[in-house]
Amino acid sequence: MKTLYLALKYLAIALWSAFVVFPFLWALTTSFKSANGVTGGATWIPWVQYEPSLQGWQSLFGGVGGINVVKPFYNSLVVTLSASVISITLGTLAAYALSRFTFRFLWMRNSDITFFFISQRIMPPIVLAIPFFLMLRSLGLLDSLPGLILVYVALLMPIAVWVMVDFFNGVPRGLDEMAWMDGCNPITTFWRVILPNALPGLVVAGMFCIIFGWNDFFFAFTLTFTETQLLPVAIVSLNSSVTPWWSLSAAALVSIAPLVVLAFVVERFLSKGGLAGAVR
Amino acid sequence: MLKITDLELLVGGVAHLAAINASFQPGTLTTILGRTGAGKTTLMRAIAGLIAPDRGQILLDGTGWTRLPPWKRPVAMVTQQFINYPHLNVRDNVAFPLVRAGVAKADAAARAEAALARVGLAAMVDRRPSALSGGQQQRVAIARALVKKAPVLLLDEPFVNLDYNLREAFRKDLVDLLAVETGTVVLYASTDPREALQMGDQIVLLADGRIVQSGSPRDVFANPASLTAARVVNDPPINPIPFHQNGVADFGALGQQAITLPSGAYTLGLRASDIRAGGPHQARVTLTEVTGSETLTHLSLNGLDLVMQEKSVVLRSPGDVVGVHLDLHKGLVFGADGQRAGV
Repeated sequence: MKTLYLALKYLAIALWSAFVVFPFLWALTTSFKSANGVTGGATWIPWVQYEPSLQGWQSLFGGVGGINVVKPFYNSLVVTLSASVISITLGTLAAYALSRFTFRFLWMRNSDITFFFISQRIMPPIVLAIPFFLMLRSLGLLDSLPGLILVYVALLMPIAVWVMVDFFNGVPRGLDEMAWMDGCNPITTFWRVILPNALPGLVVAGMFCIIFGWNDFFFAFTLTFTETQLLPVAIVSLNSSVTPWWSLSAAALVSIAPLVVLAFVVERFLSKGGLAGAVR
Repeated sequence: MLKITDLELLVGGVAHLAAINASFQPGTLTTILGRTGAGKTTLMRAIAGLIAPDRGQILLDGTGWTRLPPWKRPVAMVTQQFINYPHLNVRDNVAFPLVRAGVAKADAAARAEAALARVGLAAMVDRRPSALSGGQQQRVAIARALVKKAPVLLLDEPFVNLDYNLREAFRKDLVDLLAVETGTVVLYASTDPREALQMGDQIVLLADGRIVQSGSPRDVFANPASLTAARVVNDPPINPIPFHQNGVADFGALGQQAITLPSGAYTLGLRASDIRAGGPHQARVTLTEVTGSETLTHLSLNGLDLVMQEKSVVLRSPGDVVGVHLDLHKGLVFGADGQRAGV
């Protein structure tokens, strides 16, 4: 019975792994193919089933049939990282205040204010697109990196607040009070005691912000023209009447690479138990 | 000297602390004794500055504390929960208040290690709190409180979450540790009268947010000033036996002193240890509790609910009938107003 259970478990894991890995494998092999290799049917093993070609990868740096992804990659990196850092910084401070102090605004209390932050993400993006467009135009920030950073902060900060409020609520208040009695004022309590213990929450919030920011296409598309192109928009621009699948696959792999690296780097911070030993 | 005058704290219109007046001398350990909800933790939190009183003053050596935030009060506190900083190892946990006070890191670490040695954790300085047992975690908290050398040390039922044997051992260790803290006002909150009798130089009884009596533990135990005080200072609680006296009578045999009672309604408070098995009164057993080597038998006698304490394990079943003897001459008499009568 136990053997059967194990066998079924591993079978399920294998099937799920194949389901997840297969698109990556497909993109990877396609990125090393030429036009003939792509149209000649499904093949997987280079040098045996098809002649590998670097045409797709070369096209990413301005080669024939492709686009130069260096600048869009750089733009995406700057916008995503800047917006994420600002959002996490402001969002964490707001979340700590919402978690520890009582606020009242008309009929609203802390939970209502927290919901107010995240409610912006409930609206369809198109509802926000026009106001954002008009605001950026009046500020002269359309088609610019600062403009996009500003919009992304507005979009990402609710995520940071939402995640961090929940996390801070899980940090015992007794820890704050003990820090006060050990000579910390509220600011040093936050900096020296609460923040170091909120690292897993910061990592989760940071991951969400970076993933949402990096993958966004809609606002990157509607708020830019030609000067400031982000990577998702650049990749989609490859999709024309004759799609260069090899270039598209290489560009797709380039776009997911930072997130894969990030996942491996932060994985150890995501383990539970960061607050073990705080209050028993 | 720590002095508290007219301290009052209301929560939603309900007095959690009322008319608290007390003074505590350095070098003395005062036990704040009260049942759950009596206001012990509230009083300690008010002294620490974690809650603001509505009225009254807290003064240390004549300096007002009431408006000072907790981080500016020279107070150390150990709570019921074992609170430590999870991101720091044991040494850094204990050194933390020293570093915050501006002590050089190396000096703070050395003093922290010395404090940890005093609480028996010298070998565990590099561990994280999460790698320690509950008792060890509380020792870290105690070391952190002691290392500050604060003039006021608040211990809010620090051992309540430990098992019986650890609690007994820690209590003895704590008395030894505090013996050298001659310049410190130590307040120890407890619900356990035996703990108060063993530990405190002074005892303050708290009930419903008010101080009902204070004094030396033996005096308070022997002569509770009111039925409320008698209930707090006795565990199991004292048995109240109501009676009515017609005409002035001398009850010289009652209690430890001769008393004369005028006509009126009274309550005789009889300690559970003053009821013995093997007497003429037939009582029905309603519940038996065996705690360690003691037995508490809940009895029903002529409509009265009584608790009998025996220093042995005696298993009885509900419904059993047991003959009991009431040592009425050891009883304490309280008037209709709850105050001690005839003394």
